[in-house]
Amino acid sequence: MGSRSSGWRLFARTVMARAYPRLVMNVREKWWLVFDIVLPLVGVCAYVFVYRANGAHPDLIGFVILGGAMSAYWMNVLWAMGNQLFWEKETGNLALYIMAPNSMMAILLGMALGGMATTTLRAASILAIGSLLFGVRFDVSNAAMLFVVFALALVALYGMGMMFASMFLLFGREGWHLVSLAQEPVFLLSGTFFPVRNFNFWVAAGASIIPLTLALDAIRQLTSSSGAALGFLDVGTEVAVLAGLSVVFLIAARFLLAQLERLAIAEGRLTESRA
Amino acid sequence: MWTSLKTATWLGWQIESNWASPSLFALYSIVKPLTSAAILVVMFGMITQGNFASTAFSYLYVGNAFYMYVGAVMAGMAQAVVDDRERFRTLKSMYVAPVHIPMYLMGRGVARFLTTSLSVAITLAFGVLFLQLQLSLGDVRWGLLLAALVAGVALLAMMGLTLASIVLVIAHNSWLVGEAVAAALYLFCGAVFPLEVLPWWLRPVGYLMPVTYWLELVRRALVGRVADAYPTLAGVGDLQLLVLVAILTLVFAVVAAATFRRCDHLARERGLIDRTTNY
Repeated sequence: MGSRSSGWRLFARTVMARAYPRLVMNVREKWWLVFDIVLPLVGVCAYVFVYRANGAHPDLIGFVILGGAMSAYWMNVLWAMGNQLFWEKETGNLALYIMAPNSMMAILLGMALGGMATTTLRAASILAIGSLLFGVRFDVSNAAMLFVVFALALVALYGMGMMFASMFLLFGREGWHLVSLAQEPVFLLSGTFFPVRNFNFWVAAGASIIPLTLALDAIRQLTSSSGAALGFLDVGTEVAVLAGLSVVFLIAARFLLAQLERLAIAEGRLTESRA
Repeated sequence: MWTSLKTATWLGWQIESNWASPSLFALYSIVKPLTSAAILVVMFGMITQGNFASTAFSYLYVGNAFYMYVGAVMAGMAQAVVDDRERFRTLKSMYVAPVHIPMYLMGRGVARFLTTSLSVAITLAFGVLFLQLQLSLGDVRWGLLLAALVAGVALLAMMGLTLASIVLVIAHNSWLVGEAVAAALYLFCGAVFPLEVLPWWLRPVGYLMPVTYWLELVRRALVGRVADAYPTLAGVGDLQLLVLVAILTLVFAVVAAATFRRCDHLARERGLIDRTTNY
């Protein structure tokens, strides 16, 4: 038997253990090449052709491809984070997670890190193939700022995902449908396939609570010649908001997780499947 | 067989609707399709400065609205196999019961058709009321529309049965098969843009898709002059189109029957009916 871990060592080992399946699946299960790259690309192509059919500016094609790539993160946040604990409950693992001596936060963090790595592979593939297919070039004006925006976007998105994981578990059967419901409205409000500036200021401001909104807007401003003209807020403001959202979602995730564990232990109603 | 179809339709309706209160279900049925359409509306409005009275918008909007049936019926039938096998663990009971399985699956598809009809109607109504969609009840060719819907449901049910049969024998990603096919069809069947926009070497794929002809039939029935504005199938008359869809439905019926027979045999032989894979 291996040596027992505790404290930060247990936390780290839990994170790695939970991230491991999401990383190794890229090698063992190759169908992701079809379902996680080709399928989203098909959707992206459809929107590109809608733009082309109606004589849109070529820069908008790049916006669609970027949106399609980043939407992979949102789908991962919804289904592989938000709905994950629900699936764990269905398969009987949730009770084991709660009973085990490790931190649930470590489990969620492992899921998030594994999901980030896996989805980055997919998003990069969509971006590369989409750019090649449609002859799109991205002119990066500030690579360092682009990295900062991207990193903060991931932290905020997956912080939100960790928060969703606890929230959606409380909804029971409704959770699946609510996760499904959170796809199209978010793609609409966050301007996944068009500049969010097209909305009224307050609508776009409200939509900014979704990290994808400002992340996409900032990335477009930093990678497109017309991005700044079509941007919602300046990049500096968007970075600050993303940083704030990251903190808020991580704290909320910690709080909701504690509530979840309390309910599961005290009331004994969360860990059994009610399908 | 009729009992299987009727009972499965009722069951499918219960599964689709009993997860929430009626008000939440209504909200779900309204918000999801409208926001999906709204993405296209905003994109179109941005490029054309809000020219929603144009035939291009009617083409896009009507095509997108009716395309919901494709995903719902086809993917819904494939998903029914996954749900019954993995989630509810009732597929083996269905096989043991005196139920005609293909009819049972089609009944689940009909249930999805009925729930999606609500979404399609709401989407069209929203387009007419708020977006200048060029659709007038007085100009609708109801006979053609009814024939198109009946033919469409049958066609999609046959395609869905084919997919559901395949899902019976696959383990990994079985829940994505229906969505994958629906997504591919969306690109190639001229749902939101005419086939002429596709690169020349991809256009033949669109002409091979039965859904292409079905959507054209629906557009002609609802907004006839819109279909006239695009040359894609201009040389094909309404009756010819209807007969074509009917022939393709028969073809898919044969394909579906053969596929189900083969996959059902494999599933029984390999003990896959009550297999659980945790998706």
